[in-house]
Amino acid sequence: MTLNRLWEYANPKKFMETTGRVLPTVSVLAALCLVTGLVWGFFFTPDDYRQGATVKIIYIHVPSALMAINAWLMMLVTSLIWIVRRHHVSALAARAAAPVGMVMTVIALLTGAIWGQPMWGTWWAWDPRLTSFLILFLFYLGYIALWEAIENDDTAADLTSILCLVGSVFALLSRYAVNFWNQGLHQGASLSLDKEENVADVFYYPLLVSIAGFVLLFVALVLLRTRTEIRARRMRALLARERMG
Amino acid sequence: MMPDLGKYAETVLSAYAVSLVLVVVLVWLSVRRGRKVKAELEAVEKKVGKNG
Amino acid sequence: MIALLLRDLRLAMRAGGGFGLGLAFFLIVVTLVPFGVGPQSGLLATIAPGILWLGALLACLLSLDRIFALDWEDGSLDLLATAPLPMEAVVSVKALAHWLTTGLPLVLATPVFGLLLSLPGAGYGPLLVSLLLGTPALSVIGTFGAALTVGLKRGGLLLSLLVLPLYVPTLIFGAEMARRGVDGLDYTTPLLMLAGITCGTIALLPFASAAVLKVNLR
Repeated sequence: MTLNRLWEYANPKKFMETTGRVLPTVSVLAALCLVTGLVWGFFFTPDDYRQGATVKIIYIHVPSALMAINAWLMMLVTSLIWIVRRHHVSALAARAAAPVGMVMTVIALLTGAIWGQPMWGTWWAWDPRLTSFLILFLFYLGYIALWEAIENDDTAADLTSILCLVGSVFALLSRYAVNFWNQGLHQGASLSLDKEENVADVFYYPLLVSIAGFVLLFVALVLLRTRTEIRARRMRALLARERMG
Repeated sequence: MMPDLGKYAETVLSAYAVSLVLVVVLVWLSVRRGRKVKAELEAVEKKVGKNG
Repeated sequence: MIALLLRDLRLAMRAGGGFGLGLAFFLIVVTLVPFGVGPQSGLLATIAPGILWLGALLACLLSLDRIFALDWEDGSLDLLATAPLPMEAVVSVKALAHWLTTGLPLVLATPVFGLLLSLPGAGYGPLLVSLLLGTPALSVIGTFGAALTVGLKRGGLLLSLLVLPLYVPTLIFGAEMARRGVDGLDYTTPLLMLAGITCGTIALLPFASAAVLKVNLR
């Protein structure tokens, strides 16, 4: 399939047809991977010699953190596609992805904080990574709020896509600034609780499956929600046409 | 069957519980809204079909 | 462009223009802080740079909706859009006017407020420079946020929600520069980062703000 064929899915009708066929499969796959990964990780992996059983949180914390970032990246790409090619499906996909990304961010934050509690003795610490995710959460919140605040569909799509662009630059800037703020520029990470450089094999494979599960879950949810947005938009258009006689 | 989580039982279980709840709620709300909008659209399309 | 700038300045200075409100707000915040955290001058001295930065930031934030509100309501913004002046210039002038009437007065008032919060002597210089460098960025970023929410009823809270995360890098480097100044440490890095952010936003963000305004004026 050439890359050009991809643009055919910008057509709402084609998108609905194709995703209608694909969504059940993706959903089932997502459930399978999630269950497999989490059950494997929870029940069939050993404890870490340093962190004990809390290492099991890795199977949720890492995938959700990855998806929190990737969701925003996907929103960035679809926003750019809207700005350049004005494909409504793209703009609606960005809108659909935002709440999913936001929930992923919250999960990453909560599991990160809970994981840190036994290590740090406190429910929250201004660790650079946690802080960056907190800021990302605020970006998601603002983006979603802007969509909700504006009535006209096209105006909302335009404004939110520009916000996504500008926000992405500042999010990157913030990441650097937060690292500087907590650690000073040249100190090594001391409190970072992200996975160690070399995660042992026995943890690695269930982690991969969990990550796959989260990715598929994201895809399934975004497809589902984009379909909903397309329908909602069509409904608004029909109602508007009705009113004009 | 339950692995011995030792002193971290509360920690690990609450992390898993909180995450699963959030995912389930997200999926449920998405599905629910999807069904609602689909039904509303079909109603509007039928009405427009009759009039138009 | 100068005409637009002078007009905005004059509007801000008029009664009801909001000039001075930012300063008053800054004063109130600074006054409230010791009530919140206790009057020990040691503690106040430690948090003074941060509080002064926060106060300046919040005072800026509160005056942002004025940037476009009046012109939006009476249609002047539509006129400006059709004028020969490019929209990017219009938003830049608006941001400049905002800084001259909000950011700059705050910077000038900071020494007095620093006194109230027991700011150590060594801190005054770096703090003032950091605010001088950073407040223009706050105005430019704020202009972007104001453009996004122009015409929204009760857009004030949304404006804050959108703008505050964008303020984080400036706040971090500005406050860090001030803190290091107080401790007598080298503050070149935060200074350069702060200057970089300000220059970058002044150069690039007007394009985004202009695009946003044109969308809203459609």
